[in-house]
Amino acid sequence: MEIIRFENVKFKYNAGHIDEVKAVDGISFSVKEGEFLALCGHNGSGKSTLAKLMNGLEVPSSGNVYIGGMDINEETKLTASEKVGQVMLAPLLMLGGELPRLNTKIKKNLFEIRKTVGVVFQNPDNQMVATIIEDDVAFGPENLGLKPKEIRQRVDWALESVGMLEYKEGAPFRLSGGQKQRIAIAGVLAIKPKVIVLDESTSMLDPSGRQEVLDVIKRLNKEEGMTVIMITHFMEEAAMCDRVIVLKEGKILLDGGREIFKETEKIREAGLELPIAARVAFRLKEKGMDIKDGIVEIGELVERL
Amino acid sequence: MKDISLGQYYPIKSPVHRLDPRTKMIAVILYIITLFLIPMLPNYINNGGTLHDYLIIAAVCYGLIFILLIVAILFSRVPILRVLKSIKGILFLLIFMSLISMFFYGGPISEGSWQWSWWNLNLSTESLINAGIMSLRLVLLILGPTILTLTTTPTDLTAGIESLMSPLKLIKFPVRIFALIMSLALSLIPGLMDETAKIINAQKSRGAHFDSRNLFKKAKAMMPILIPLFISAFKRADDLANAMDSRCFNSSKKRTKMKRLSFKARDLSLLLFVASLIGIIVYRGGLYMQSIMIGGIVLGGVAVVFMLFGIIESVVLKRTDG
Repeated sequence: MEIIRFENVKFKYNAGHIDEVKAVDGISFSVKEGEFLALCGHNGSGKSTLAKLMNGLEVPSSGNVYIGGMDINEETKLTASEKVGQVMLAPLLMLGGELPRLNTKIKKNLFEIRKTVGVVFQNPDNQMVATIIEDDVAFGPENLGLKPKEIRQRVDWALESVGMLEYKEGAPFRLSGGQKQRIAIAGVLAIKPKVIVLDESTSMLDPSGRQEVLDVIKRLNKEEGMTVIMITHFMEEAAMCDRVIVLKEGKILLDGGREIFKETEKIREAGLELPIAARVAFRLKEKGMDIKDGIVEIGELVERL
Repeated sequence: MKDISLGQYYPIKSPVHRLDPRTKMIAVILYIITLFLIPMLPNYINNGGTLHDYLIIAAVCYGLIFILLIVAILFSRVPILRVLKSIKGILFLLIFMSLISMFFYGGPISEGSWQWSWWNLNLSTESLINAGIMSLRLVLLILGPTILTLTTTPTDLTAGIESLMSPLKLIKFPVRIFALIMSLALSLIPGLMDETAKIINAQKSRGAHFDSRNLFKKAKAMMPILIPLFISAFKRADDLANAMDSRCFNSSKKRTKMKRLSFKARDLSLLLFVASLIGIIVYRGGLYMQSIMIGGIVLGGVAVVFMLFGIIESVVLKRTDG
């Protein structure tokens, strides 16, 4: 089922000024539930803007962003008239095979949208709202107006799933970058979103910290069935995903599964580097070695050799 | 990480750590008020007392306060040295104040006492006693709140302040937001300190001098630190706002809390204990400083009323939450 849909989205920073910047220039794509997607691009390709568009932090200058997949039966505290509206709409929408979609442009939708799409940002230090880890993770559920008991359960669950439960009474600033970022992920998880967006969340971490975070994300996608959108300029990270979208100057250059790594020229054009394994395989093939196409991960390459 | 006086929480488990933050805060407020209720020597003598009587009163009052403090430190299981470290910060002020009050004592001096004077400086038994008591008071004044901050997490402190301020909701004061701002500020401090250290190093590596003894040069050297620090602070605030919005802040839903403060029997007994000590002190010495005493009682009364409000509110909330 579709959960995010971009329809011909354009977005400009400083619209109407001399220093107007077209960050996103007519992008359309959709994301299905449970997908593991990478959005790659060079600096300034508009990839971080996409993250902000996905949960309504920014609103498209033109076009629409829809967040869908809101379960009708879920206990959402809507007003009576909203409930009636939802229930009346549901059968109609069901006929079309779709659940109600929320436009990010409508302010009233923002709460539901942010409950559905959680974003983890780049700098783990700038996302901490409390001086104690469990209080920080509790911030989201507290905003949802849940009961203390339920918040406690969610916090423990979220910290457990990022493997940080033992630190829950500690202070965030004593942790390593990777651990801090895992706390930030837990903070988003505690809201129980359907989609988690990682906006270059590994770019400030050292290799071991990055691996910690990537392992957590992979597990969330494979075991909890969470939709993961990873925004990155590391093609190694993109290689772990099931689907990759390559952006260039606010437009989609490539969109597809791993086969897109064959498009060496286009990836270079986007200002990105192929994953190491793919590069090695490519060079070896150039030298006349008999090697299969579409190798992107080191493991595959080693096996092949 | 260097010492940050605001976030100096000492993470162990102890009876004092377990107390309700509101109890500790009220106790500290009462403690401070009491300190100010104990008369100073000049006032006491001006009101017709004698030096001998004053010494007895001071010994009783400060003795009681001292016992209270020692009991609190022992029960908090924080090493005494760690508590005393907080005096380091006011050492200069302490010395300065005691010197001033030693040499420029303005109160009456009784006839039989020892005196010494040179140029404009006068020393006497009274001035020495006065200076001693003043420094003692200052030290005690610092130690009380130190125990509070050592045994209470900043989160609990803000929760306590929020609860104590809850009567202000009646006049539409955004108590919740206020508490959140406080806790955000606290959580940003370590980050900003790191940032400052980084900027200083960056500027040093580009040849900036920060070790000039000249005050003006020193002030001038601060600019290349302050400007990048401000820029990064704003950037940080922007990121934080985005992160908070992404986590459903600003929704129309009423926020709830994971941790709820609870006022228990031990809190009540501590408050009663502190109140009775204060009762003794007011009875012994406060009679001579009526104006301050009245002010203190009013303040204390307000504090108690606030606390009662907070407690009632939390009890009511618990009921409704089931």
